[in-house]
Amino acid sequence: MLEIKNLYAGIDGNEILKGINLTVKKGEIHAIMGPNGSGKSTLAKVLAGHPAYQVTKGEVLYEGKNLLEMPPDERAREGIFMAFQYPIEVPGVSNAQFLRLAYNEKRKHLGEEELDPLEFKDLLKERAKVVEMDASFMTRSVNEGFSGGEKKRNEILQMAVLQPKLAVLDETDSGLDIDALRIVAGGVNQLHNPENAVILVTHYQRLLDYIVPQFVHVLANGRIAKEGGKELALELEQKGYDWLKATTPETSGAGAQAK
Amino acid sequence: MVTEIVRRENSYRQAFLELQERREGESVAWLERLRAGAMERFEESGFPSVKDEEWKYTNVAAIAALDFQPASLQTSAEGEVDLQGLALFRHLETAKSQLVFFNGKLRKELSALTAIPEGVVALDLSAAIADERYREIIWKHLAQQADYVVNGFTALNTALISHGAFVYIPKDAIVSVPLNLLFISDGAHVASFPRVLVVAEDNSSATLIESYASTKDSKYFTNAVVEIVLKDGASLEHYKLQRESTEAFHIATTAADLGRNSRYDATTITFGAQLSRHDLHVTMDHEGAECWVDGLYLVTGSQHTDTHSVIDHRKPHCTSHQLYKGILDGKSRAVFNGKVFVRHDAQKTDAMQTNKNLLLSNEARVDTKPQLEILADDVKCAHGAAVGQIEEDELFYLETRGIHPDLARNLLTYGFAEEVIGKIKIDSIRQQLDEAVLNRLNARLEA
Repeated sequence: MLEIKNLYAGIDGNEILKGINLTVKKGEIHAIMGPNGSGKSTLAKVLAGHPAYQVTKGEVLYEGKNLLEMPPDERAREGIFMAFQYPIEVPGVSNAQFLRLAYNEKRKHLGEEELDPLEFKDLLKERAKVVEMDASFMTRSVNEGFSGGEKKRNEILQMAVLQPKLAVLDETDSGLDIDALRIVAGGVNQLHNPENAVILVTHYQRLLDYIVPQFVHVLANGRIAKEGGKELALELEQKGYDWLKATTPETSGAGAQAK
Repeated sequence: MVTEIVRRENSYRQAFLELQERREGESVAWLERLRAGAMERFEESGFPSVKDEEWKYTNVAAIAALDFQPASLQTSAEGEVDLQGLALFRHLETAKSQLVFFNGKLRKELSALTAIPEGVVALDLSAAIADERYREIIWKHLAQQADYVVNGFTALNTALISHGAFVYIPKDAIVSVPLNLLFISDGAHVASFPRVLVVAEDNSSATLIESYASTKDSKYFTNAVVEIVLKDGASLEHYKLQRESTEAFHIATTAADLGRNSRYDATTITFGAQLSRHDLHVTMDHEGAECWVDGLYLVTGSQHTDTHSVIDHRKPHCTSHQLYKGILDGKSRAVFNGKVFVRHDAQKTDAMQTNKNLLLSNEARVDTKPQLEILADDVKCAHGAAVGQIEEDELFYLETRGIHPDLARNLLTYGFAEEVIGKIKIDSIRQQLDEAVLNRLNARLEA
């Protein structure tokens, strides 16, 4: 589904990703971990197509197509979804309006018929159960005045409505209390199936207690420093990221090498 | 140039004299004196110039230079009304509670007041003046709120007072049906001078729509003055909808005097006119008064709009909340000047003022100046102004949900306007405005 090959990317001329290689297949859950500044969020944003980031080298294939050539909205309609670490507030636009618009844009793209407000209301009611959100959220402006936990749940609600093939969750666990974490993780687990894939970007192992990845990739200094199964996350939890720096001295030279 | 303008001002004097002559025999002495004093004042001051600090950014030379004919002297007011065009500005909620003015004059056959409860008065101002029952209350309040000494336009309006509306809400009356004052203009080079006086007695409650619109793209001049007196405990919801022709000039003053524990909710919508200026003056000279004043201006092309507001806290425990938002496209220009005065006695004042502007084009321009002048020491006051474009992060967020950037921009712009429009309690107004905003945005999309 997704193939990232030797990806170099950065912002404002600062190189952050320095040769990422990653393959994600249907049905898989991958966790991208790493210390602050390792490039985790940059990777998520590059996959979603954030305009501030420049790819300087390498390629990303999504379902065999060159992902980097697609504008962000097209990526989304093709089935890529990114849950934001800091979801944006959209005052004046209700959650229901926004979701219906996004849903119908995708339907149009796929050559399917659009849903009218009433039909969509039924669908939304159904999907909202995934994150235990009640109807009052639907008439409120998108994310406006939502608590941190509500914003994250709202992201997963959007995922539930848009049913992406590839979901990239950027630090979705940050700022969540344990109840909200359980709801959010439960939502992701319900939405995951053998036909789609999930990339979890996270600093902490905590989320992985609830959403269990098959693969864990640890980023350091813009490269994948270590890979393994879910047990790698536990090891990191015990030893911290410093241990990683000590065991992989070669990563420190990577930046210089890249230049 | 100077002599040219003087000549135009002379034509207003001629109109003044002509109107005076027509009233012969039925004139009211105090009103004649008021008119004459205002005419004198107008002749002294003339139209304001950009040298006047309050008119620094708004040049009205184009109004002064054009030869407008006062509507009250014209036959165009009796002409045929484009009913289809008119329908766009009507409100379902006011089908039986509206006064429709055409080129400045009341058109009875288009008006209906059957839904207005007994005791509530909504009359053409000239008819109300002629009526013994209302003369005293009009005498007491007319020209008391809107100062014609400092503002030449108010002076001219006062000098030519004849048509407009007198609205009276008796004590304890709760009027659930909104009253619509609809001023339609379509005549070229017509000048109309609507004058409205609203008196709401103790503990009454009412809703007023004051709407200016055009059925043609003609060049005309509206110079309106609305005075509002809210007695103790009265509340008024007031919508001013300015959807004039984009060729027109619209100059308006709203002056409200708030009684003890009264509440004034005003929403001012500005979509039309080539050049528009609104002076809003709210005086809170009694304890416990509250006002919520919202505004939205949406301009494009070469439109120019100017809002000058004064919220005057003179007594303790008053609250004022002001939110004005602007959306500017093309080469349009907006001016916002908002003064909030908190006088020495006005302890425990709660005043908030915000002006936010969204620029959709690099050529649009905003001059915003919120001013807070506080003389009391125990108050809660805040103000702020912002001018910006759609933020990249907001746009990106919508794009990652599969929404095309053009559509995303429109959605964000719509949302920006919605913060004001969404609060409007009358469904048909909200729908009309939503539609107008979306139409504007689509036009932009296609352009």
